Amino acid sequence: MAFVTANWNPLGDAFYRKIELYEMGWNLKDGLRDCLVAAAPYGGPIALLKAHNRCSPSARPQLEIFSSSGLPLASFPWKSGVVKQLGWTVSDDLLCVQEDGTVLVYDLLGGFKRHFSMGNEVSQSQVLETKIFHSPYGTGVAILTGALRFTLATNIDDIKLRRLPEVPGLQGAPSCWAVLTQDRQSKVLVANGSHLFVLDNTACTPVTPPGLSPQASSIVHMCVSFSYKYLALLTDSGHVWMGTSNLKEKLSEVDTKIKAPPKQMAWCRRPKSQQPSAVVMWDGLLLVVGECKETIQYHLDDDSILVPELDGVRIISGTHHELLQEVPGACEEIFKIASMAPGALLLEAHKEYEKESQKADEYLREIKEQSLLSEAVRQCVEAAGHEHEPETQKTLLRAASFGKCFLSNFPPEQFVSMCRDLRVLNAVRDYTVGIPLSHTQFKQMTIQVLIDRLVYRKLYPLAIEVCRYLKTPEYQGVSRVLKYWACYKPYCMPSCMLVYTVVMYLKNELNRGDFFMMLRNQPVALSLYKQFCKHQEQDTLKDLFNQDDDHEELGNFYVKASYKEQRLEARIAHLQSAVDEYYKAKNEFSAKTTEDEMRLLRFQRKLEEEKGEQLVGFSLHDTMTTLLSVGLHKHAEQLYKDFRVPDKRFWWLRLKALAEKEDWEELEKFSKSKKSPIGYLPFVEVCIKHHNKYEARKYVSKVTLEQKVKAHLAVGDVEGAAEAAIERRNESEIGTVLSRCSATTDHLLVERLNRAKATVAKK
Amino acid sequence: MASHLFCGRVNLNILREAARKDLREFLDKCSGSKAIVWDEYLTGPFGLIAQYSLLKEHEVEKMFTLKAGRIPSAAVKNIVFFVRPRLELMDIIAENVASEDKLQPRDVHILFVPRRSLLCEQRLKEKGVLNSFTNIDEYILDLIPYDGDLLSMESESSFRECYLENDQTSLYHAAKGLMNLQALYGTIPQIFGKGECARHVANMMLRMKREFAGSQTQILPVFDTLLLLDRNVDLLTPLATQLTYEGLIDEIFGITNGYVKLPPEKFAQKKQGEGGKELPTEPKKLQLNSAEELYAEIRDKNFNAVGAALSKKAKIISAAFEERHNAKTVGEIKQFVSQLPHMQAARSSLANHTSIAELIKDITTDSWLYFILCNMVRNAHLNMPDVFSQTALLSCVSASEDFFDSLTVEQEFMTGVDTDKVSTYIEDCIAQKDPLIKILRLVCMQSVCNNGLKQKVLDYYKKEILQTYGYKHILTLKNLEKVGLLKPQSTMRNNYPTIRKTLKLWMEDANEQNPNDISYVYSGYAPLSVRLTQVLARPGWRSIEEVLKMLPGPHFEERQQVPTGLHKKRQPGENRTTLVFFLGGVTYAEIAALRFLSNMEDSGTEYIIAATKLINGTSWIKSLMDSPEENLP
Repeated sequence: MAFVTANWNPLGDAFYRKIELYEMGWNLKDGLRDCLVAAAPYGGPIALLKAHNRCSPSARPQLEIFSSSGLPLASFPWKSGVVKQLGWTVSDDLLCVQEDGTVLVYDLLGGFKRHFSMGNEVSQSQVLETKIFHSPYGTGVAILTGALRFTLATNIDDIKLRRLPEVPGLQGAPSCWAVLTQDRQSKVLVANGSHLFVLDNTACTPVTPPGLSPQASSIVHMCVSFSYKYLALLTDSGHVWMGTSNLKEKLSEVDTKIKAPPKQMAWCRRPKSQQPSAVVMWDGLLLVVGECKETIQYHLDDDSILVPELDGVRIISGTHHELLQEVPGACEEIFKIASMAPGALLLEAHKEYEKESQKADEYLREIKEQSLLSEAVRQCVEAAGHEHEPETQKTLLRAASFGKCFLSNFPPEQFVSMCRDLRVLNAVRDYTVGIPLSHTQFKQMTIQVLIDRLVYRKLYPLAIEVCRYLKTPEYQGVSRVLKYWACYKPYCMPSCMLVYTVVMYLKNELNRGDFFMMLRNQPVALSLYKQFCKHQEQDTLKDLFNQDDDHEELGNFYVKASYKEQRLEARIAHLQSAVDEYYKAKNEFSAKTTEDEMRLLRFQRKLEEEKGEQLVGFSLHDTMTTLLSVGLHKHAEQLYKDFRVPDKRFWWLRLKALAEKEDWEELEKFSKSKKSPIGYLPFVEVCIKHHNKYEARKYVSKVTLEQKVKAHLAVGDVEGAAEAAIERRNESEIGTVLSRCSATTDHLLVERLNRAKATVAKK
Repeated sequence: MASHLFCGRVNLNILREAARKDLREFLDKCSGSKAIVWDEYLTGPFGLIAQYSLLKEHEVEKMFTLKAGRIPSAAVKNIVFFVRPRLELMDIIAENVASEDKLQPRDVHILFVPRRSLLCEQRLKEKGVLNSFTNIDEYILDLIPYDGDLLSMESESSFRECYLENDQTSLYHAAKGLMNLQALYGTIPQIFGKGECARHVANMMLRMKREFAGSQTQILPVFDTLLLLDRNVDLLTPLATQLTYEGLIDEIFGITNGYVKLPPEKFAQKKQGEGGKELPTEPKKLQLNSAEELYAEIRDKNFNAVGAALSKKAKIISAAFEERHNAKTVGEIKQFVSQLPHMQAARSSLANHTSIAELIKDITTDSWLYFILCNMVRNAHLNMPDVFSQTALLSCVSASEDFFDSLTVEQEFMTGVDTDKVSTYIEDCIAQKDPLIKILRLVCMQSVCNNGLKQKVLDYYKKEILQTYGYKHILTLKNLEKVGLLKPQSTMRNNYPTIRKTLKLWMEDANEQNPNDISYVYSGYAPLSVRLTQVLARPGWRSIEEVLKMLPGPHFEERQQVPTGLHKKRQPGENRTTLVFFLGGVTYAEIAALRFLSNMEDSGTEYIIAATKLINGTSWIKSLMDSPEENLP
């Protein structure tokens, strides 16, 4: 196992190691040169934007988003304003801070979510510098404006803009600054030359770091640790000062012997470590500084960026992705050369055991004699968690398992849960997923957040597998993933049937109330579920509408239900419910028409009982037609009045009913009862339809001038039609008449028509 | 067998062959003799892919329609269900399978069209029959080649699903179909679109492309451009009565899956010596596609120009027959005889179309053309039934007037005449209880042409319809409102006149005989959808930004990377090829208009048309109706 330590470097009492996480899958032409880059902590996504070309502002740079392994997640041309800073929120959203203080929010697949402004003052004096920071309150944005003032929002999901007090004597941009979270408040630490100030809501307080090297005349760089507890300052004299961020205690000071301004600096301390340490990056050089005078130097081939993590620093270049961290205690104990720690001995013992050598027993005996076997197992399990290579993990776990055999009451939980965790971690570290989480980070971030991250990346099947594997409670795990999956459907899901499947699954998993609430926020899933209910579960449908207070749809539901009832009373009861709902929906028209229908149904039944005519279910129109045809004129008349049937239609009705009965006498009487609202052409036509030319002729004379030609033609009187057409001097009518002349027509008439047509046409 | 697919610019037979190959492969999976149990809805679309002969070659011996109860007895080794993934069908299948003879077990298979469904399988599991199936498979049938320049998904209810029920499954299938098309015909470099659904489909396509990145096809792109159009961008066109020959056949008789069923009377073959034989009672079924030379020639003409075309054809044919008198030498006679089959086919084709034209005449136009037509046919010495007696003529006059009146009102609406008040014509039609769909088409048209009706007018129409046709139609009216076909006027200005003017939707001098503009397909109205297509080709949509904004949904342009080396080098004078995809259906008149654009000398673009379904106003409105009396299972 000697090779495990091949990449270890000692620094003071501790070791540091640099592990390669990925060879980047992206293919960047110029590496990270001239790019705005932002990488989210906890192995999150990376956003890249080529620097704006001031010379040709019309050229649109491409905004690209990659996974930590460099696989493309999104890419789109940047069409908005000049971007000063990119950053990620705690929930994997990308923030793009523009020059004018507008912040655009995108999801990690490049979907635009929203935008917000950092206030008027910022937009007027423009953004000079920006820092995006995370705190227990969420993701914050701090801005240094062109007017050299700081504006800060602690939580972008609940924006309260704070303008911090002025920094005295500030002439130009400060040499460096950082955001701190202390005493439940976000503060800005700002350096102006050698002066250091803390800005909070109310005051600007000058502070002095204890024991800062007197050679320094200016603080050129600063960084705050991941936990905000520690602060590192780099001075123009090349000294790195490290201390607590409340500036009460100095932890160490190291001379880097490099006076050039660095490109980036970051804390590199793992939790509970004894040694403070920071990483400073210059062009081509990376330096790890700790408590001692010595430093570790790494050569850098390529433009890189540092991404501070809870337990180390990630280094991303155009081609590689590495993790630099202090070697965790357990690993050091086991792998340090010539270590006699119980874990190291157990590992040796297991190795010998595999070789079937009796030395295994010797090693074991040695551990057991010190009664450190359980400690040895614990060490091996813990170390496995910190190792990146699955092979190393396996070796350590096998050793632990081997050691366990000789312990009687050893609690299995630690071992079991580590195996599970590692399986999940190896799965998400996979190149195709690209989330290089360390075990420490994973424990800090919690499984729920990891599931969320997988969901943001739309890796639903993996998310579900992880939930199942880790036995996460349904409501936190599988159900939640399925819910997101369902709502994501419109863009990717293979057909609605899969959404159905998801919806049906949730239906069985969740209680009804939660299920409905979930649907409410997923319009596509909801409408599909409604379709399903329409066919399969009518009553559920009703509950859904009830839940949404969708009175209109409830009304429709009752209307449909009414048609399924055989008994009239039940039918009317449903219609009454519909009326109530329509009123609630403020749909007066539907309510009134439904009331009319109920009235009609009652009327029909009454008449059915009295007269024995089958009427129930007929339309109003058909009811009246039936009544007229059987001679129940009065009842028809009553309906006409009660339902405010327009005169015209009632005339048509009577006309047709009488003609149907061929009651020509009555028809003539009717025509004379008062002036027809539909004119008299319908009389002519209806008679013709019943092949009674004689009766038809009676009404031709009463027809208005405009319809004369039609009327004459209808009764087959070409001459009359010709007269009327010529009289009206209407070209198209003359044409119509001409088209109806046949060989048998008087040719004189045809000539007259042609002449008239010619005259009219001339005009 | 599929000669109609070869004649277009793009060889759509490749697509059909691919579909047939899949079908054969599935059938061979179930070795031995088999019976197919059909979801009846699928038989039409399948007919476009494979005739019975193909099935027979693969040992399909019996075909049944899916029905509850037992499958009719058949001595076969396999039972194969061809079904859509619908739950209600699963219940029937479960019943079928459960009543299979346990003593003589047969292999049972199920083929889902177009996609497998977990939910359906779950249902079969619940019913305890899932394990009875030897094969469960899917047959992806998204875009079906319909004619040389036409693809259809044959998805009846896609407009309803998308706009009424918020169910975008058919859009997913459309996107899948387009991906499949690109696999066969190369990546389409440019995508344009207008409308929400269009946007959805484009998004899905781009996403699918990303997901399949790497498996890019190395095929020279056949299509230059894809244009995705939402039906709801142009609600007006399908409402108008189509006036092309094919359009009218569809309006009057309905064309389903490329076939039309016609009243048999006019097709009675009078053979000599059998004078008084009874008229056939079975409807005459004809296949309509471009494989038939005469039909290809006249299908897209305005109906008023069909008579002349038919008569010209008649003359040519009779002249060809006359040739026999001039054939003197054996060689000449031989040549004549060799042409006979072709001539006879042409003659029977002419006879068929003359009969159809007569049927349409009965319903549509003034009698003069009718006369001319019939005389022409007579002069051609063809064996035509003698139909024009005086009485027949008289009876058709009233029908034709009706058609004419309704057309007049449509044209008034489209030109913006009196669209803001109650139309007397519609009122009279309701009073006479004309077919409800006719009324709905007209009222919807008025609403669309007025960008919504005044509340009073709308309520009046609704009340009239409910009183006359019955309260049960209240849900249908609500549906029409939901999809925007009927709506109350908003405070917004009526923008239809602006759209009409900018896009030149109404052409006063439409030339029906020798058209110079697409407006001939509706005798004056140029379909909005096709105008958008035309403007896109030249001068581009930028010239009509304002109007595009007035129409619903976003308009967009996307580009798809074509692998280097596959960039098309256009020869000078070579036309571009554009695929126009109508989401929610396309009418025959729109197709005719696009074909007209393809054939225009200086158009520079040829169009291939795809649609979720071929529709007309009647079938479209019907798909949006809700009848509560038809109880659901």
